[in-house]
Amino acid sequence: MSIVEFKNVVKRFGPTTVLNGIDLTIEKGEVVVVVGPSGSGKSTLLRCINVLETIEEGDITVNGLSVRGSGAQVRELRREAGMVFQQFNLFPQLTALENVMFGPVHTRGSARRQARDEAVALLGKVGLEEKINHYPGELSGGQQQRVAIARALAIRPQLMLFDEPTSALDPELRHEVLKVMQDVAEEGMTMVVVTHEMEFARKVGSRLIFIDGGKIAEDGTPAELLSNPPSQRLKDFLQHVT
Amino acid sequence: MTIQITLLGLIGGTIIGFLSGVVTTYVKVLVTWKTTTIAVISVVLIAVLVRLASWIGSTFLAGVPDWVWLVLQAAIVLAVLWRFARYIPVALSFLAQVYILLIRGTPIVVQVMFIYFALPLISGWRIDALLAAIFTLVINSGAYIAEIVRGALQSVPKGLKEAGQAMGLPFHKILTYIIGPVALRRMIPAMGNQCIISLKDSSLFIVIGVAELTRQGQEIIASNFRSVEIWGAVAVIYLILTGIIALTLKFIEHRTQIV
Repeated sequence: MSIVEFKNVVKRFGPTTVLNGIDLTIEKGEVVVVVGPSGSGKSTLLRCINVLETIEEGDITVNGLSVRGSGAQVRELRREAGMVFQQFNLFPQLTALENVMFGPVHTRGSARRQARDEAVALLGKVGLEEKINHYPGELSGGQQQRVAIARALAIRPQLMLFDEPTSALDPELRHEVLKVMQDVAEEGMTMVVVTHEMEFARKVGSRLIFIDGGKIAEDGTPAELLSNPPSQRLKDFLQHVT
Repeated sequence: MTIQITLLGLIGGTIIGFLSGVVTTYVKVLVTWKTTTIAVISVVLIAVLVRLASWIGSTFLAGVPDWVWLVLQAAIVLAVLWRFARYIPVALSFLAQVYILLIRGTPIVVQVMFIYFALPLISGWRIDALLAAIFTLVINSGAYIAEIVRGALQSVPKGLKEAGQAMGLPFHKILTYIIGPVALRRMIPAMGNQCIISLKDSSLFIVIGVAELTRQGQEIIASNFRSVEIWGAVAVIYLILTGIIALTLKFIEHRTQIV
């Protein structure tokens, strides 16, 4: 069953065309890793899915909800897609626990006590049970990003979007975040991950998409594409990142 | 009296300032020749329509009872608002910008003299001096606070808003629960400035004869000529009041600090 569907999507920033006719179907349970040179439109592709960017042509649907819908429909769509950002974007005035509770309380209307119990469980899952009452400013980058993953999971999305989740982290902290992402993937969550971590793509990804110049240049399994790149362009790219 | 003027002026100013600040931050309308022309034309158009309506009311519909006429008027106003609902935020943002431009661009002494001496000539109402002073301080500090609010809101990292949006929160919740608390903390130093400036600006209301602190100092001197003692005392009282403001805000800043 498909969960995300791109139909001939075109996105422009002023005179530059960032996405140029993207057609893509993502099935439930897939872990799609999106790679590509910087400026190729991979982050934009991700941000179009939950309408942080609006598209000029074509249509995207998430669980049957269109990104071109009304304000209320768009908000409903966004609740189906949890988002993890490169810069974490935790709410600085709230503790880790309050950050994770925030979504369920304010978007799903959950009771505080229930939201609290779930948030504690989620923070335990990402290995931060001891840090629940710390503020984001007191946590390391890797810990902040794990809180951010818990926060995104807390709204019970059908799909998780990761926008370069490890790019702002030290190499030694990346590992803990990637481990959590792997756990989430193994529970059967549908994921779209924009990243430069080829190791993660190989180990966890079920599908690899190479974007170049606003188009999908390659689409296949990570094993195939990484060990035996079909095009010179992908070969060059892989040489630069690994 | 000084305390009363400053307090009421600042409370009113904060309300107006927050509203204008939020509107001008999130509804972007540039004040250009084009938008100004559109604004002027629509104001003229509305004025003409109102005149026309009252003329029709007094001639053709003279026989209709008053309440029918009132209902009719209300219905028309509502219909027009409904039809142009999409443009209301734009119009508000434009108005707020013009307001800030006017108030920041004129001295407070001119504003209070205008309100106290000129406005009664135009409108016919006579305003009490104290009321005029408070009102002037409200609109004056409101314009500056609007810019403080706008600056604070813009300084909040865009990522926080996106994180809220990505959760599926409506805009008003993002503003009250995410951006607001962060922006409020960032406003504190600039708000401290504005409170102190407004307190001291209240001394300018001497020109309309409000019995505020400076004026009272002057009156006492007029009878005994002891400048050193009186002006010294007045200065110390101002210093104590501004000191209280500064300390209060320092305390709030300390209490709400984010680690």
